[in-house]
Amino acid sequence: MWIAYKTIIVKEILRFSRIWVQTIFPPIITTSLYLLIFGGLMGQRIGVMQGVDYLHFIIPGIILMTVIQNSYANTVSSFFLAKFNHSIEELLVSPVPYWVILLGYISGGVARGLAVGISVLITVYLFVDFEINNFFIAFTTFLLTAILFSLAGFINAVFAQSFDDITIVPTFILMPMTYLGGMFYSVEILPQFWQDVSKFNPIYYMVDSFRLGFFGTSTSDLLTSMSVLIVMIVILAALAFYLLKKGVNIKT
Amino acid sequence: MPVALSIQNLTKTYSNNLVALKGINLNVEQGDFFALLGSNGAGKTTAIGIICGLLNKTSGSVEVLGINQGDQANEVKRLIGLMPQEFNFNPFEPIEEILINQAGYHGITRTDAKKQAEILLKKMQLWDKRSNIAKSLSGGMKRRLMLARALIHQPQILILDEPTAGVDVEIRRSMWAYLKELNANGMTIILTTHYLEEAESLCRNIAILNEGAMIEQTSMKKLLSKANQQVLILENSKKLPQEITANNFNYERLDDYSLQVILGSEVSITEVLQVLSGQGIDINHIRSTQNRLETLFLCLTNKTNKKDFS
Ligand SMILES: Nc1ncnc2c1ncn2[C@@H]1O[C@H](COP(=O)(O)OP(=O)(O)OP(=O)(O)O)[C@@H](O)[C@H]1O
Ligand SMILES: [Mg+2]
Repeated sequence: MWIAYKTIIVKEILRFSRIWVQTIFPPIITTSLYLLIFGGLMGQRIGVMQGVDYLHFIIPGIILMTVIQNSYANTVSSFFLAKFNHSIEELLVSPVPYWVILLGYISGGVARGLAVGISVLITVYLFVDFEINNFFIAFTTFLLTAILFSLAGFINAVFAQSFDDITIVPTFILMPMTYLGGMFYSVEILPQFWQDVSKFNPIYYMVDSFRLGFFGTSTSDLLTSMSVLIVMIVILAALAFYLLKKGVNIKT
Repeated sequence: MPVALSIQNLTKTYSNNLVALKGINLNVEQGDFFALLGSNGAGKTTAIGIICGLLNKTSGSVEVLGINQGDQANEVKRLIGLMPQEFNFNPFEPIEEILINQAGYHGITRTDAKKQAEILLKKMQLWDKRSNIAKSLSGGMKRRLMLARALIHQPQILILDEPTAGVDVEIRRSMWAYLKELNANGMTIILTTHYLEEAESLCRNIAILNEGAMIEQTSMKKLLSKANQQVLILENSKKLPQEITANNFNYERLDDYSLQVILGSEVSITEVLQVLSGQGIDINHIRSTQNRLETLFLCLTNKTNKKDFS
């Protein structure tokens, strides 16, 4: 079981490393651009947000956004491709329990999130001096976020029937949710109504606690944020496991 | 002998409501070399998919070496090696990695897997290509790769879904020899093929599926003994006369020089030749048109006139 798990995760890591130009490199470019444009050029006019100057304020958001996109992209494309070229059958004819398959793919997504997250962190460090206030909170948030979006990507891949289906969700749901979750602003600046609406966006809690890890200040309390994340992970994990075990869109 | 594979009342209805299996029963003994035949769309791949855990069955039961597939799917998967009909590997993966990963899924360590992969790749004449990605192999090589992959965990039962489609004559012969060797060493082999000559030369027992139903399950010997009808083509060096009298056999004139004769058990070829030479026709060449099994197969699956074989 351990060997099977190791085989899947190594294969996943090799997969995204082989195509690093498509996987690791683009986030580094976009991060540099964000820092330059939003942080550097516009940040001076914006000034201070949530008690931090704007250039620093957007750093956690940029990193977390990259993690979200990449964890999601990794599982969705890897599992969809395995379905598409039928190589998923290599796993299905083997005595690998479904939870190991799921764990393997999720670990692959987390690994990509970590690889990209670290590259972005280093890139940021080249431009801006900053410190992480509470590494433990930041890392835990990162980990839970990566797990959650790897699961979401996996579920998307199960339902996807065509290549279009794996881009629809990221473009029309994930992207708006990410931007509206307070990646580039503090929800405090929103009118009360929109502040309340934001509370239904799980990404808000992730960014908020990630920022707490970086700056030691937040708009929601840590316990709420962590609970939201964990509850969502449990729900999506159960759903993903169920879909895989039933063989939805695979074994029918 | 213990039963290697036992299928009872197996049905499969696909999500588009297509009924692919209509309650089939099948028994394969341990150590057997078994042919599962049937026309395109008969349900062979569907049945194999269910046995191997690639497809959900609709109802019925599958047991492999006494283990119920529904209850202990993973135990069953350990026992089976599958060479599928369609290519199902990642085309961008190097072929040695494909084998090592497959072994890994079976819990075999990388070191052991490497050794086993080397043996199999050499056997399949793919060792020189071990670092090439699967995409770069020819069709026949890809099939051999899938055979190697099916064997990487040394299964007790090997299931081959059209193993020699697109494989050249030479490699096919060596593949046959290798499969015979595996079978002689105790491996149960179940094979589907459209080359009936292949089934005839390899398999001891046979089942025929037709439109999702099992229409025949017997030994190859018994089945062939049923094939009491033979179609022969007789060629004459001179032009055949306009009128030929034949009371005890049926014939058809193919052209001015050749006749097609259908021989039942009641007439021998000697008698036919005598009748013909009595009319001044001296046949100088005889050839058979179809493989006997092929003729029988077509009859059983209703693709030709059934009364020919009464
Ligand atoms: N995924 C699927 N969804 C719906 N119908 C399917 C699916 N796969 C196969 N079928 C149908 O099920 C029937 C049996 O197909 P199957 O692949 O088992 O045939 P087969 O005996 O292996 O044929 P062949 O010799 O052509 O490989 C066919 O009518 C086929 O169209
Ligand atoms: Mg088939």
